[in-house]
Amino acid sequence: MSELLVADHVTRIFSMGGLFSRGTFRAVDDVSFSLDSDKPEIFAIIGESGSGKTTLARIILNTLAPSQGAIRFRGKDLAAARGHRERLDFMRQVQPIFQNPFEAFNPLKRVDRYLYASAARFAGARGQEERDAKANEALQKVGLSLEEVKGRFPHELSGGQLQRAAIARALVSSPALIIADEPVSMVDASLRMSIVNLFKSLRDDLKVSIIYITHDLATAYYISDRVMIMRRGKVVEAGDAHVVLANPQHPYTKLLRDSVLSPDDAGTGRLTAESRMAEEEAVG
Amino acid sequence: MLRILRDLFRYNREFAIGATLVLMIVALSVASFFSPYPTLSTYVVPPDIPPSWAYPLGTNSRGQDVFWQLSASMRNSLLFGISVAFISRIISLVVGLTSGYLGGFADRVLMSINDTFVVMPLFPILMLFFFLMHDNMSWPLLALAMAALGWPYDARLIRSVALSLRTREFTTQSVFSGMSTPRILIEEHLPYVLPIVFATTMNNINWSIGLEVTLSVIGITNIETPTIGTMIYWANQHTAMVAGVWWWVLAPVATVVMTFIGLFLLAVSMNEYIDPRSRLARMEGSR
Amino acid sequence: MAALRGNGNSWREAGGDGSAEPALKVEGLRAYYLMAYYGVEREVRAVDDITLTVNKDEIYGLAGESSCGKTTFIKTIARAVRPPLEVLGGTIKYSFLDRNLYDVDEDTLADIRWSHLSCVLQGSMNVLNPVRRVRKSFLDFAYPHMGLSKKDFFKAVNHHLDRLRLSPDVLSAYPHELSGGMRQRVAIALATVCEPEFVIADEPTTALDVVVQRDVLAMILEAQQQFGSSMIFVTHDLTVHANIANRLGIMYAGRLVEEGPTAEVFHEPLHPYTSHLIASLPRIGDLKPKAALPGAPPSLADPPSGCRFHPRCSLAMDICRESHPAMTTVAPGRRIACFAVDPTAKAAGDIPVAQIASEADAAARLGQ
Repeated sequence: MSELLVADHVTRIFSMGGLFSRGTFRAVDDVSFSLDSDKPEIFAIIGESGSGKTTLARIILNTLAPSQGAIRFRGKDLAAARGHRERLDFMRQVQPIFQNPFEAFNPLKRVDRYLYASAARFAGARGQEERDAKANEALQKVGLSLEEVKGRFPHELSGGQLQRAAIARALVSSPALIIADEPVSMVDASLRMSIVNLFKSLRDDLKVSIIYITHDLATAYYISDRVMIMRRGKVVEAGDAHVVLANPQHPYTKLLRDSVLSPDDAGTGRLTAESRMAEEEAVG
Repeated sequence: MLRILRDLFRYNREFAIGATLVLMIVALSVASFFSPYPTLSTYVVPPDIPPSWAYPLGTNSRGQDVFWQLSASMRNSLLFGISVAFISRIISLVVGLTSGYLGGFADRVLMSINDTFVVMPLFPILMLFFFLMHDNMSWPLLALAMAALGWPYDARLIRSVALSLRTREFTTQSVFSGMSTPRILIEEHLPYVLPIVFATTMNNINWSIGLEVTLSVIGITNIETPTIGTMIYWANQHTAMVAGVWWWVLAPVATVVMTFIGLFLLAVSMNEYIDPRSRLARMEGSR
Repeated sequence: MAALRGNGNSWREAGGDGSAEPALKVEGLRAYYLMAYYGVEREVRAVDDITLTVNKDEIYGLAGESSCGKTTFIKTIARAVRPPLEVLGGTIKYSFLDRNLYDVDEDTLADIRWSHLSCVLQGSMNVLNPVRRVRKSFLDFAYPHMGLSKKDFFKAVNHHLDRLRLSPDVLSAYPHELSGGMRQRVAIALATVCEPEFVIADEPTTALDVVVQRDVLAMILEAQQQFGSSMIFVTHDLTVHANIANRLGIMYAGRLVEEGPTAEVFHEPLHPYTSHLIASLPRIGDLKPKAALPGAPPSLADPPSGCRFHPRCSLAMDICRESHPAMTTVAPGRRIACFAVDPTAKAAGDIPVAQIASEADAAARLGQ
């Protein structure tokens, strides 16, 4: 059983402050987990803002170095992969998807250029025809086609289409792992499920593992296999998605789960402020 | 394209005035190719004749037609200004974009060089340069020298834009799409930097023409070549203001003022058009 | 001040109007963005013939996706309209004004803002002046309207904060010292301190974390119930509407497509768009596969002809392509705009902008 990705006691400390007072801030505090390469899965990292999940994502993508601990991809420590060749090799296998598709694409440039660049660099495409073919292939996997996207600027596509194009771009290199940072939070409600379902098919049909970072427990429950709950940089609970979310043990997870609004109570207006704030004080 | 120009002309008064002025200056410069007199020769017409029908801007004490002199001078000064601006833009773009994007050691080194150039006093250095070069002094050499001194301010400006672009998500996506650093800088970041580059180009042209005039009036450039500055130099040599030949001084001064105002207005008005935010607003409309 | 009803200068008389008059009545509202510059011309029909009513002491939820026009709608009913946005027709009538909002003069407008009509917006946390303490924001916004001495004013503010369960310490804090959720709560307190009759809320909890969101919503609900204000609550998040709105209106591409009491709309959605939205809501404990709606929300600059939902609708018929259905009442308190679900729906044609503009001009001239 080989391991795809191992996070080994990863810690990231930021120092802040000016000339006279310097403090440290632990954005990520002793986080460990591992992903298996034989069994593709969707691993959800759930946390609120300030929980360190985005910092962790950047560390996994090797755009930020950990202060302590290490990330190992296929056995190799990322910190050692500094060379150009190794970096490209890593990027071929690990790709990101960002929260805001309109930020992930340069608004002044056409959308297809990123697909072509990926095709040329990672899929070995030479010449425009091969690039078109590879781009089209990736776009088909997400339910789009090259004609819909060719020559278009980001604002000409809807949020859902653009996010799917971003996913297609990530798929061009046939990666083993995709890091998706809040991929559906900025997508319209009616288009959200199509992207969430797409992740499911990526795991099942294309055998891609996905680290799904989110604050939305409902979608996490819907597609993840395992979850890891983070709070202020630390892991508070982790395990099988349906077990943890349906039956949380840690008080913070319970608080999260209880805070999720449910459409089942429609019209009853049962929110009360007192009980919630008391609970939050208790968790500390 | 024409529609855009037409709209700019119609709705943007600054652009209309600036464009008109600049077009007039350019027309004046182009006219120099049709000059009936060779520009370098003197005493081809009776000297010191006030503006009249035969000589629209009069003649100077050296026996040259002021209008045709002016035309040739404007052309030379403009060419000089444009070449200085062009060379220094390239330097400042390369330095600004790379140091902003790469950060770390490269950034520190480039910015130290940058700041060194900023503190260097322009005028004494140019004088020193002239005295060193003396007989080998020529216009291209002067242009190079001025370009080498005129890039640092703008490099810092460009660097600040590059710094903010580095943190944007499309930069990370470009990296993960396998684009090389030069490609990212030129294709992804350059459009955002263009408004600054454009504004500073106009500024730079004004600055270099101004500096050229200063140097020429003192007389350290090649005074045989007709430029705005050398015209004024010769006018001073012949004490034109005292002798009453006022049109000799007024013509180049008025023309160069028109140039400055025209270029400035163009820069200011075009900037709004080139700015990425307004470009985006327009793009979203043209579906 | 003849335009205002009842309140005059005193702060908060006991009891409301008592009548059955709705808090807000919007009829036939049309607001478009009309732009022509640098060779580009476009007309965005952001709010296209909207008619709705908000009753006293109720929260009306307005749901819709991004770029469906709901933010433009908010701007129009708050009269925060600036070019290129133009209101081309329709009336907006609040219970505390005796005429159309757009016929009121600037002075009255300044008076009613905050004391009768206030708003909580998405960036509300940024409404507080970052270089001054929170107390100063209260002084800037609320003090001019309450007509009390400074001492009495702060007594009232403390009382208000207390009943909203906020510590009075927030007054002496700077905005950056407070968390995002706290700032939003302060913004809500600020918006309700004058006990306005009508509060407009535009995505007030969208940027907040799950735990904080629930608290803030609970606070909004409490504030509304305590002061009896009426509220329009705009958000794209249907689960929020489920928990906070009394009545729900669904907007699509600039038009209202369904309206009714929240519980009924959730348990029995009639319009195909609504049914799909509600069916696709993920819930914890529910692993049923959810289908996605095909297509994408239309651009408001170039909307589909006829019913704007027809390209994505499974029930689309020929008539849906040609004309758009008017909102018709199908049951008490329930309205929808759909030819398929309600065969008796009448068609309303699309009116070109030039004609609307000239009609508005003619009306204005006659009205004077």
